[in-house]
Amino acid sequence: MERHITDFLYLISIVVFIFGMKGLSSPATARKGNLTAAAGMGLAILIALFSPAEGSFDNHIWIIAGMVVGSAIGLVSAKRVAMTKMPEMVSLFNGLGGATAMLIGFIELKNYQPAVISTVKSLLSNGEAANLMNGEVFSSIFALIIGAVSFSGSLIAWGKLNGSLRDNIKLPAPQIVNLVTLTAIIALSVMIMNGEEMNFALLLILTVLGLFYGVAFVSPIGGGDMPVVISLLNSFTGVGAAVAGLIYGNNIMIIGGILVGASGTILTVLMCEAMNRSLISVIIGGLGSSGSSSGSDREEVVKEATPADLAIQLKYSERVVIVPGYGLAVAQAQHVCHELEQSLEAEGVDVKYAIHPVAGRMPGHMNVLLAESDVDYDKLMELEPANDAFNNTDVVLVIGANDVVNPAAKTDTGSPIYGMPILDVEQAKNVIVFKRSMSTGYAGIQNPLFFGERTKMLFGDAKASLGKLKEELNNA
Amino acid sequence: MDVILNFIAENLPMITILTLATFVGIEIIAKVPTVLHTPLMSGSNAISGVVVIGAILLIRDAKPDEYLTLIIGFLGIALAMINVVGGFAVTNRMLEMFKKKKK
Repeated sequence: MERHITDFLYLISIVVFIFGMKGLSSPATARKGNLTAAAGMGLAILIALFSPAEGSFDNHIWIIAGMVVGSAIGLVSAKRVAMTKMPEMVSLFNGLGGATAMLIGFIELKNYQPAVISTVKSLLSNGEAANLMNGEVFSSIFALIIGAVSFSGSLIAWGKLNGSLRDNIKLPAPQIVNLVTLTAIIALSVMIMNGEEMNFALLLILTVLGLFYGVAFVSPIGGGDMPVVISLLNSFTGVGAAVAGLIYGNNIMIIGGILVGASGTILTVLMCEAMNRSLISVIIGGLGSSGSSSGSDREEVVKEATPADLAIQLKYSERVVIVPGYGLAVAQAQHVCHELEQSLEAEGVDVKYAIHPVAGRMPGHMNVLLAESDVDYDKLMELEPANDAFNNTDVVLVIGANDVVNPAAKTDTGSPIYGMPILDVEQAKNVIVFKRSMSTGYAGIQNPLFFGERTKMLFGDAKASLGKLKEELNNA
Repeated sequence: MDVILNFIAENLPMITILTLATFVGIEIIAKVPTVLHTPLMSGSNAISGVVVIGAILLIRDAKPDEYLTLIIGFLGIALAMINVVGGFAVTNRMLEMFKKKKK
């Protein structure tokens, strides 16, 4: 009877979850949706803490201690993190969730005793089989592996976004390593399940292999594909939570986890579509290392712009479009960018922003940043309207973006980003590129735009350059 | 083969739930604007922290002298709570910014 009440209360929190996610998918209700989902989580945790369970030792002190420590760390890091560091943060959080799935799987397997079937777990255990070939062991192994892959993979993604792990890890023949590791994982899992009792050594090897697979899986993927990887790993963690839920026959874990798993997968596919790549090619391919673009050997000259000239040019323009990229985020230049926009508007110049779907390190990353500095929502244009507007535009300011404005994606079939829809800034009368140096973008490929007839470069830190430009504009 | 059939037979309700929930997950976000991709990813990431329930159940079942289980369970709860609390808090911070300028 008590079990039914518990399950019914879980059902309520599941419904709250679904309303929360529904809310999150529309701009007007997003904030409420997030709080709703948080409330659902709070309810679920309370139920898990206090639901009556026969023969349980509760150990509430350990639980509360873990919750206090985790909540405090989570809250402080969420408060402190700069908005520009968001993608890394999400990746790191995601990895920790994966780690928990891994730990649960590990302990359940280590403690597993074939003969004893506890009341809670009887739902999944096959009472007749004496060996480990049953649902509980299977679910635990699955949770362990997915959790481990998600954990180590997210850490690699975190390091890569941080810049600390950019090209340090290069496995030889990554596809083969991946395939061999995956085969070994499956073989080992079958071996464990065929055993008479739990083999602790095999369990340890399996865990290590799972962790290694996460590293091998993510490290060859580079360049602009990192957002896709984070989204994919996010759905992995969801699936990991759902499978861990199978161990306990716990509906909220199963449904909450699978909701994230399914929506994360769809989000991943949406992102791939925005880049005109298939998920498979992202996973197998890995940008950057494949052939260099054809024209890059030629000696080409770039023209440089000065802030003073540019200020005057802007002042007498009618329409200006700003294309922000990750460089803007790194330089923390979003506020001064907004100030420049306001100065220009005061001069009667029409200023808009063109946001590429994968600008920055995450889809929507630029929207969040610009919102942080109070840029008006109506000023943001998505890819297609922006491309329609460019031939009517006097000056395009490309600030710290590179791959998303690279015309090689349209013209050079040998380019690794060939086929990705880009912001076609070359249609505009003038293009000014704000950049630190001539180095390549995240995808590691040269950009013919920089050598274009209508292009001028303004070298330097985006924040400093924009600041100077604004000053000149006010003096002009 | 028997093992697989047995598994399906014993877990049919759960497999049903799993399948239906997959469709709900897909349906919910099928039409989400690009602007919300980052907050949605971050919010759903917080929801995947629901794995904390598993760690709680794990500890509750452990005998008071099973220290390895208790310690690892404690670690699991702490890590998952960082995911949950941090995830929701950071999502809220992002969405607050959208709200501010709408007035």
